[in-house]
Amino acid sequence: MCLEYKFEAYVRKDGQVGIRNKVLILPSVACVNHVASAIAGFFSNRDIVSVNHEVGCAQIGDDFRQSLSTLIGLASNPNVGAVLVVGLGCERIVPEFLAEEISKACSKPLECIVFQKEGGTIATISRGITIVQSLYQQILSERKEEVDVSFLKVAVECGGSDYTSALAANPAVGHAVDRLSDCGAKIVISELIELAGAEEILASRCENAELMSHIATAIDKYVKISKQYSGEELFGIFVPGNISPGNVQGGITTIEEKSLGAVSKGGFKCPVVGYLKYGERIPDKPAGLYIMDTPSYDIESVTGMVAGGATIVLFTTGLGTPVGNPISPVIKITGNGRTARCLQSDIDVDVSDVLEGQISLAKAGERIISEVLGVASGKLTKSESLGFTDAGVTRVRPRL
Amino acid sequence: MKKAVVLDPRDNVATVLEDVSVGEEVSYKIENETKAIKALENIPRGHKVALRDIPRGNYVVKYGFPIGCATKNILKGEHVHVHNVLSLRTRKEE
Repeated sequence: MCLEYKFEAYVRKDGQVGIRNKVLILPSVACVNHVASAIAGFFSNRDIVSVNHEVGCAQIGDDFRQSLSTLIGLASNPNVGAVLVVGLGCERIVPEFLAEEISKACSKPLECIVFQKEGGTIATISRGITIVQSLYQQILSERKEEVDVSFLKVAVECGGSDYTSALAANPAVGHAVDRLSDCGAKIVISELIELAGAEEILASRCENAELMSHIATAIDKYVKISKQYSGEELFGIFVPGNISPGNVQGGITTIEEKSLGAVSKGGFKCPVVGYLKYGERIPDKPAGLYIMDTPSYDIESVTGMVAGGATIVLFTTGLGTPVGNPISPVIKITGNGRTARCLQSDIDVDVSDVLEGQISLAKAGERIISEVLGVASGKLTKSESLGFTDAGVTRVRPRL
Repeated sequence: MKKAVVLDPRDNVATVLEDVSVGEEVSYKIENETKAIKALENIPRGHKVALRDIPRGNYVVKYGFPIGCATKNILKGEHVHVHNVLSLRTRKEE
C-alpha cells in the first residue's frame, strides 16, 4: 500500500524533504514588515514570499526565546530553499544573530540585510531585490527526487467548525492520517484547548504514561485560563469563552463536544508519540501523532506547526475560511455541502457525500490522500493560488 | 421523515441533519435499529435533540463521552444547547 504513495520533492542537504522550493524573506522585527513585503512583492512569483509577523522587540525571557525559535523554525522548514533576513538594526532579535542561528539549524543559501545600515527603505528594498534574485537563481537548480510519504510531516488543523466537521471532515482526515502514519509520516495536531475532554481518547493511543501526563497537564493549563472566563452574550446568544459564535450557531455547545469532534482529525489508531512546545521541531521518527502546544487561533496554530517543520497542512472547515500559509500549502477540506458549493474559491476537497451516505469515511480518507500526493507533487491549493500568506507567532507574555 | 445521527449507543442526544420544526418526527439509527422521536421545539440543522429526559445536573452524552451537564430539566425531544447545557471542564469554579 505504501509503495503507491510516492511523489517528487526536494531532498535538502540535511535529508529533510520539502514539497515547495521557496525564497523566504524574513523580517527580524515587525518594524520592517513593509520593507520585506515590498521585496517579495516586486517579483510576482509565488515561490518568493515574506512572512509578516508582530514579534521581534520589547520581548523578554521565555516570550523572546519562543519568538526567536519560531522564526528560526520557519526559516528551517524544508519547503524553504533560501532565506533573506531583513533587519531593522536596533531590535531585540538581532538580525545578524538570527541569521547565524538559522545557518546553524539548517544548511541553505542565506543572506542578511539591515535597514539602518543600508540607508532606509528604498535602498534596503533595492538591495533586497538584487539579493533575492540571486538566491532564487541558486535554488532553481535544485532537482526533485522521488520519495515516499514517510518524509512528510503533516499538520492537521480545523477552523470555522460546525457539526459537519465532526461528522465528516475531521474523521475523513483521521482515516487519511492513520494510513499516512502507517507509512511512516509524522502527524502533528495542536490547539490544546480543543483537546480538553478528549484526553481519554489520546490516552488509549499513548503507551508512555509519562508523556500522556505531560500532555494532560499542558491541556489543563488552557482549561485553567478558560475557567476564568465563562462566556458572554454576543448578538443575543450566549457564547462560552472557549468556542466561537459560529461554532454555537453551527450547533456546538461546549468545549468537550468541540474537542471530541476535533480530535478525530488526528486519526483513530495512529499512536500518540510526542509532545512539542510551540514551534518545536517535529522529530524524523517515530511515525505517529505529535501534540503541539498552541492556542486555538488558527493562524498562530498553523504557524507554530510549520515552524516545527510541517510541510503540508490538512485544514478542515465547516463554515469556511480562506487562511493560507506562506511556507506550507494548506488543503481545505469540508464536509458541509453548502460550504463546498458556495466557497468554491477556497475549498480544495469536498467530503460532504459522507453525510449524504454515498461514501464511507475510509473512501473520503483516500480522496484526501490523493489530494495530499497531488499537492506534494506541486499542485497548487486554493489558498496558494490566491496568494494567501497568513502568519502569526504566539506570545507568552505581555511586551515590556 | 427528517434524519438525525447518533454517534455512540451511550449517547442521550442526536444531531439533526436538517432544520426540524416543532411537532415533526425525526428518525435515527441506534445499534442498527431505526427509531423516531418527536421534536418538542424547532431545532436547527446540526443542533442536538434529547433522546430521553435529561434531569438537571445529569450528563449530556455525545460520542459516548460527557460533553457537559444539564442546567435545567431537559425533556425528550427538546433542543439541547447552550441555554440548557454547561461545560464540565471549563465551568467557573464556585
